[in-house]
Amino acid sequence: MSPRETHIEVRDLTMAYGSRVIQRDLSFDVHRGDVFIIMGGSGCGKSTLLKHMIGLFPPAAGDILFEGVSFQQADDEARFRMRRSWGITYQTGGLFSAMTLAQNVGLPLQQYTDLSPAEIEDVVAYKLALVGLGGYQDYYPSEISGGMQKRAGLARAIALDPEILFFDEPSAGLDPISSQLLDELILQMQESLGATVVIVTHELASIFAIANNSVFLDAETRTMIDYGDPRILREHSAQEKVRRFLCRGAPEPAGTRV
Amino acid sequence: MSAVTSSPASYALVPEQDGLLRLDLLGDWTLAAGPPASAAVLDEVRAQPAECLRLSGAGVKQWDSALPAFLLQCHEFCRRNGMQFEALDLPDGAGRLLALATEVEGHQRPEVPAGTLLQALDPRAGLRRLTDALQDNLAFIGDVTLAFGRYLLGRANTRREDLLNFIYQAGPSAFGIITLTSFLVGMILAYLGAAQLAQFGAQIYVADLVTVGMLREMGALMVAVVMAGRTGAAYAAQLGTMQTREEIDAIVTLGISPVEFLVLPRMLALVLVMPLLVVYANVIGILGGALVAAGMNVSLIQFLQQMQQVLAFDHLGVGLLKSVFFGLLIALAGCRAGMRCGRSSAAVGQAATAAVVTSIVYLIVADATFNILFQELGI
Repeated sequence: MSPRETHIEVRDLTMAYGSRVIQRDLSFDVHRGDVFIIMGGSGCGKSTLLKHMIGLFPPAAGDILFEGVSFQQADDEARFRMRRSWGITYQTGGLFSAMTLAQNVGLPLQQYTDLSPAEIEDVVAYKLALVGLGGYQDYYPSEISGGMQKRAGLARAIALDPEILFFDEPSAGLDPISSQLLDELILQMQESLGATVVIVTHELASIFAIANNSVFLDAETRTMIDYGDPRILREHSAQEKVRRFLCRGAPEPAGTRV
Repeated sequence: MSAVTSSPASYALVPEQDGLLRLDLLGDWTLAAGPPASAAVLDEVRAQPAECLRLSGAGVKQWDSALPAFLLQCHEFCRRNGMQFEALDLPDGAGRLLALATEVEGHQRPEVPAGTLLQALDPRAGLRRLTDALQDNLAFIGDVTLAFGRYLLGRANTRREDLLNFIYQAGPSAFGIITLTSFLVGMILAYLGAAQLAQFGAQIYVADLVTVGMLREMGALMVAVVMAGRTGAAYAAQLGTMQTREEIDAIVTLGISPVEFLVLPRMLALVLVMPLLVVYANVIGILGGALVAAGMNVSLIQFLQQMQQVLAFDHLGVGLLKSVFFGLLIALAGCRAGMRCGRSSAAVGQAATAAVVTSIVYLIVADATFNILFQELGI
């Protein structure tokens, strides 16, 4: 398995709500084992791109291929298999509020495996312990803090040892320490599971700490304006916008911007 | 599934000297292969007292989360029972995951004193809940009354656009369903009466029955039931969702009274719209009754003539008075359920249910009270 094997392939993707085009002509590859960042200013369509990649929205034009297979054109059984290999965490956690954490994390296991309740209990205990929530099985999402909800969402996402992990703004609303811990957790998950990770974020600290590939979406031209390792883009991007984004608006001194 | 021959997960428990217990893991430890549940294995371990549990992963072939999940349970078991835990020859990665999972010590949920059945049946507790609810209800009515007072003085933070918008939602957009239900209720009244009156050859009095029945009773009640399900539940769901999304917190911290800003326009809208809808429902209901009567050889002219004799302002007034009160009760039940909503999506559903159930109970109690009152007063 070569490290540069293409895992996800986005081809000439155009995303639109009705007649309103969000982004057009997006083409890029995510390689197996990449930590891939979708970045860009607010409102440029980052989360929309993620929702297209996980098949929630159909593309207006173009296609997205997973190991060469299009999700849109796949039949129900193939889609089921693809979905089983994905783990997704949502911006606000997406935990089911009427279920305990153990039931939340156990649901995909119940859905996709033949494990007995006792075995599911073991796996749930382990997944929660991995994200630092050991012993919280019987809590409801409303009884724990926002950061803990994010981690519980991650525990649910990794319940089935996914091949691809999608994160929508994992560190939004977390303090710097928690978000750093979450970054480390993502990296460790990626290493030990050998998973491909796709993250929507604009947290620069996270981007430089974990990413090795990225795409930059621009809200004005409505397309991607650069693509590659963010650490290289910061120094060598041909687009001034990308360099400024990655240097946090420098070189202007802080305070002069209105 | 794969070309690799699979062998199911198994284990061997070997007691050795010096209080050492060896647990050898063998085969494929994958979720698909169905690994042994830890509880059964640990029961065997418990049966053989030892000071140290030494796991060996040398025999493990394929593995996924099933392996570290099992290791974690063993680790926790040893910690709880004061045993030493060693894990040797683990596959690369599994040891790292185990270290990560055991980095943070498991949380112990604080003991909550469980209520006994006897406590749950304690009449004092039930009474306390009832008085709490009553008190809360009264407090809410008080808040609304004060807000209404400020509104009359022109000092309330109630937006005109909101009021108009809610009037539109409660009124004109409900025309279709009100038309259907009241037309059918008028027909039902006519059928009900005609069958009985025909025994005396007095079909003509169907007109009296339908007219008085719609004006005094069915018009107001049917509109109220439809509005409880349509508008009362919507109010509860809207306010409940605003509660979960912290919108109500934002309104409070902006120094705006949520009762003036959110509750008052909804209540005013419903109270204003209800009598109008009832007048409309009365007309449609009587039309429905006339249609049925026509099928029983009571012509439209006869029907109208007979109707004219019983048509009195008293009947209409009773219906309209009821409708105002019904509107008030529906809005009160809906808004209170929404404002007191919990902060989860499940709570929004409970609020909407509570709004409909409460308002229908309120409606029936109020309707009975009105009828007794009017009977005594001779109206």
